[in-house]
Amino acid sequence: MESLRLVGTFLRIGVQTELQYRSNVVFSVLQSLVAVGTSLAVLALVFSHTDSLGGWSGDELLVVMGVYVLMGGVLRSVVQPAMNQLMDDVQHGTLDFVLTKPADSMLLVSIRRIELWQSVDVLVGAGIVGFALSRLDTRPGLLAVLGFVVALALGVVVLWAFWLLLTTAAFWVVRTDSLVELLSGMYQAGRWPVTIYPGWLRIGFTFLVPLAFAITVPAQALTGRLSVWLLLGAAAFTVGLVALTRWVWSVGLRAYSGASA
Amino acid sequence: MSGLASVYRVVAGTAVQTQLQYRTTNYLFMLGMIAEPVVYLVVWQTVADAQGGSVQGITAGDFAAYYIVWTLVRNMNIVFTPYGWEGRIRQGELSGMLVRPVHPLHHDLAYFAGWKVVVVLLWLPIAAVLTLVFRPTFDVSPVEVLVFLVAIWGAYLIRSMLLWVLGMVTFWTTRVSALYELYFTAELLLSGRLLPLVLLPAWAATAADWLPFRYTFGYPIEVLAGDLTTAELWGGLAAQGAWVLAGTAMVAVVWRFGVRRYSAVGN
Repeated sequence: MESLRLVGTFLRIGVQTELQYRSNVVFSVLQSLVAVGTSLAVLALVFSHTDSLGGWSGDELLVVMGVYVLMGGVLRSVVQPAMNQLMDDVQHGTLDFVLTKPADSMLLVSIRRIELWQSVDVLVGAGIVGFALSRLDTRPGLLAVLGFVVALALGVVVLWAFWLLLTTAAFWVVRTDSLVELLSGMYQAGRWPVTIYPGWLRIGFTFLVPLAFAITVPAQALTGRLSVWLLLGAAAFTVGLVALTRWVWSVGLRAYSGASA
Repeated sequence: MSGLASVYRVVAGTAVQTQLQYRTTNYLFMLGMIAEPVVYLVVWQTVADAQGGSVQGITAGDFAAYYIVWTLVRNMNIVFTPYGWEGRIRQGELSGMLVRPVHPLHHDLAYFAGWKVVVVLLWLPIAAVLTLVFRPTFDVSPVEVLVFLVAIWGAYLIRSMLLWVLGMVTFWTTRVSALYELYFTAELLLSGRLLPLVLLPAWAATAADWLPFRYTFGYPIEVLAGDLTTAELWGGLAAQGAWVLAGTAMVAVVWRFGVRRYSAVGN
């Protein structure tokens, strides 16, 4: 309960900070429109040469793209800003100020910074998903929508835990920019359902870079491809990943040497 | 002239030594970049399979060849980013470059050219792995190799000039990111970076013919991975030469007016 209140407070402060820079919303919207326009053009180009890709129709792939844009918004507005801050703090020793506070440090580093205007993509992504659903032949039922919401929530947790796990490497190697760069490149692969990739690559995008759980599984829920077992598997993976991240975090903290180092 | 040549030699040599220090960073960066062509490749191979083996005559093996050559051309294409101009102008980094006796353009051209030596070295194992995994079909003649070796440097020069012009917009306004993204979108779709240009709808292919983008991606790639006629091979080089000249002229003009607006801020 205490930690929920903490999250609420930090989110409020983050939003208030960002509201000082309101004109940035114009540029976020412009960028978002360009990005979505590009993605739509790519989809149109591919589907001018075929009518299905690995068993997915154009409208179904639009669902995947919507989830991809939405998750990208979450990543850039909530996850990445906090992680960049963490990396800077480890480098400069200012993480001291977090560690001396009487709250869980892993929670604190995750909620300190948000970039509100980047979350435009969350709305845009949701809009694309809604539009795609209105064009599908079979509308998802209540159960499917419920599965989608659960899968989406699990996906957000997976992305957060995964990014935190990578950033934790900063305790040992200080700068992890290039690692993050690598992963941002890989994230683009989530634009398409991981099922179209050849075996070894699919396994990589499922477990090494968990794009499958973050993007494909929620999209599968809305297009009638999700079984209870898959959802349970996603839940188990999420729990396992969070536990691993928690453990690496506690080990990493011991390697942190503080401001005067 | 020999003075300028030695500037190039020294700056390029410095770039090689600096970038060799950052080989891990360079490698992770390159690996991250591989995701992009691999995704395109998988998508188009899937389409080719669904269409009974080929899309407009391009087979799965042809696509593999296209996107593997793509990785080298893309690496050759990396030049000073327009986003870097914000630091140069807003934080006054340009001041130091202005007091040198050579035009700052020479520094960028020499530095990134030297970097390519490191990049190509690091690229070789990546190309080997991609070749083993995706099984490209190549049919290359010696003259194509020769033209390719020239064309990748043509692509490098054209993209250097274009992105310099784009970056110099920062002399007038620092709110440039939306403009840049529009530019990069046009480049992505009309250069051959996203897909071989023959797969574009006819009107877009016509537009691509009249724009410089295709000479920085599609043309050099197709020299090696496609089957261009002899006329297309040499015609492409001529077009590259024309675009290098046009780009240099644009850089000269924009620089002349832009640098007048520069007021050294910061240190």
